[in-house]
Amino acid sequence: MSSTLVPLVVAVPLLAAAALGALGNFAPSRFDNLVAIAVAVAVTVFSVLLIFRSADQTIHYWFGGWKPRSGIAIGISFSVDPLVAGVAALIGVLATAALVVSWDYFGEQVPQHFHVLMLIFLGSMTGFALSSDLFNMFVFFELMSIAAFALTGYRIEQSSALQGAINFAVVNSIGAFMLLTGIALLYGRTGALNLAQIGQVLSRGRADGLVVVAFTLVVVGFLTKAGAVPFHFWLSDAYAVAPAPVCILFAGVMSDLGLHATGRTYWEGFSGVLGADAGSVRGVLVGLGVGTALLGGAMAFVQAGLKRMLAFVVISHVGIFLAAIGLLTARGLAGATVGIVADGLVKGALFCAVASLARRLGETDELSLHGRGTPIPITGAVLGVGAVGLAVVPPLAILSGDGWLRGLLVVASALTGGAVLRAAGRIFLGLGPKQDELLVEPQAGAEAELRRAPRAGALLWLPGIALLAAGLTLAFTPGLARRAVQHAELSVDRPALARETLHGVRTPLPKPSFERSPAAYAYAGAAGLLAVGFAALGLYRRRVPVLVAAPMHRLKLLHDGVVGEYVTWLTVGTAVIGVLFAVLIAKRP
Amino acid sequence: MTVLPYLLAAWLFLVGLYDVVTSRHLVHLVICLIVMQSATYVLLLAIGYRSGKKAPIFTAGVPVKVGAVDPVVQALTLTDVVVSVTGVALLLALVVEIWKRAGTVDPDRLRRKES
Repeated sequence: MSSTLVPLVVAVPLLAAAALGALGNFAPSRFDNLVAIAVAVAVTVFSVLLIFRSADQTIHYWFGGWKPRSGIAIGISFSVDPLVAGVAALIGVLATAALVVSWDYFGEQVPQHFHVLMLIFLGSMTGFALSSDLFNMFVFFELMSIAAFALTGYRIEQSSALQGAINFAVVNSIGAFMLLTGIALLYGRTGALNLAQIGQVLSRGRADGLVVVAFTLVVVGFLTKAGAVPFHFWLSDAYAVAPAPVCILFAGVMSDLGLHATGRTYWEGFSGVLGADAGSVRGVLVGLGVGTALLGGAMAFVQAGLKRMLAFVVISHVGIFLAAIGLLTARGLAGATVGIVADGLVKGALFCAVASLARRLGETDELSLHGRGTPIPITGAVLGVGAVGLAVVPPLAILSGDGWLRGLLVVASALTGGAVLRAAGRIFLGLGPKQDELLVEPQAGAEAELRRAPRAGALLWLPGIALLAAGLTLAFTPGLARRAVQHAELSVDRPALARETLHGVRTPLPKPSFERSPAAYAYAGAAGLLAVGFAALGLYRRRVPVLVAAPMHRLKLLHDGVVGEYVTWLTVGTAVIGVLFAVLIAKRP
Repeated sequence: MTVLPYLLAAWLFLVGLYDVVTSRHLVHLVICLIVMQSATYVLLLAIGYRSGKKAPIFTAGVPVKVGAVDPVVQALTLTDVVVSVTGVALLLALVVEIWKRAGTVDPDRLRRKES
């Protein structure tokens, strides 16, 4: 039976975590790392199997056999279609890579509880991705957050790591409270927690104040996790201090899960009641996405610390995929999902390269590593090719949209690729000067990793090559986008989805109707060239025009690590989004 | 049905938020987070409350048609409490460690040096 696989992708890591937590101290050293890798591989295999098993029809798994009775969901369900299973497979692959890298990364200093935390993190992320019940999503959201807080502050000997973890925990907790408040309001209105049923009940009413407030709170909760501007401040602090293997998972998939949830909540829950206002929702989400993409790209470009740079790359790409999802079309959703998977693999590969740099050379700062990367050329190749991937993959994933929008997103992804390419050129080829007043120097000790180990093993870079190859292959596979659009057309058909979830009435998969146009390849090529241009500009420009330097200086000052200011931005952002929705939706006659 | 619990929830949320933003001490900040979270408990319980109904415990001898307050929100609140305790415990542990390393728990004095 195919559906028995569904709960396993969550249960296996959580049970293994419990077993390791209880028995790990009695096992021989390295045993827990082996078990963790085996579990991550198992999750990957199950998820890939689920992609194929759900190819013809979505699998609905009701826990304990509590199926809906006469259209009322009593139990809790996981829903799996190939898009969701693809995200779960991404989680599994990145977890495997992170655990393999951690073998050589931590070396002899076998860390306590690290693998237990990683397994909890893995299980809660897959649970969050598969869940189709809002409260269940909230619980997995919190479980994944708490594991992530602990993993961020894992190096408790560094106060910057602790501070990053605290900022992460405070901002995300407030995001979670907003999410829960939104869920409570929705339950009060609809009496349901299942997304499909919430959507059914809401679609019978109008888009009144409660619907707008609840939608705002739920979206803000998820976007806080995703790191959309202005909810992103915690992200650059946390990713800059978490151990590099953990960042593979953070950057590769945790942020994007917030987007995945935003898309799912809109389509299953709100697309009925807000259907007539789709234009307003689209405007707000695409606007947020473009703003996030450009701000993240600009901030990435002025970082000298590689981890902080990649953190802003994550923010920028979250913006790009938010804009794609925010188009509120099947193509946007399909492109974003394929893009999230391919791009997640590339970002994971880049953090593998960072782990290798940190372990072999003891630093991850572009300026102080100037020309010192020659002993590890493979890491340099991963960083360089990955940088081009960062520029090229997101434009390939934008399957529709106006020219101006795609142009702006090309600029954003080129900025991120250019930043990493510049760093790769400086570290591995010794290009450019050793000083650059535009760049933010990393905080002293903030990027300090473990003690230097010049002869650390191949496990540091092998996963990077594998992830990079997989990510680029997926991005360039032409048939994938077509299949994804086919499934996304079902995901955006709310009434059909609700009939299927609540009444068991199957809807046949629509015929494939989409081919990726050559324009996508043109945009991707342009982004690649532009990235090379940005990198050259970063290395060889003489001086920075004041029109660029002054606003960049302001922007840098905002990211100052004071948690109260971050929460202020979160509050202001929520208020602005809420007011925008309220005004736009109330204005409609 | 009264509007009072909803006002209380909003008040707790906002007062907690204000204090998180202006907090000068991380332990105080964590306590304010608990205040904010309490707003969600009040909101959940208020949504499920039915005046004149009993607790949702049906034993032999209690007729079902008496009716009860909504048990679902109570289960949600309990789950929420468990989740929040974990988070708060972890946060406080981090605060203790940061006190040991940095010698201060004032968020303003933990400002990043480069800016």
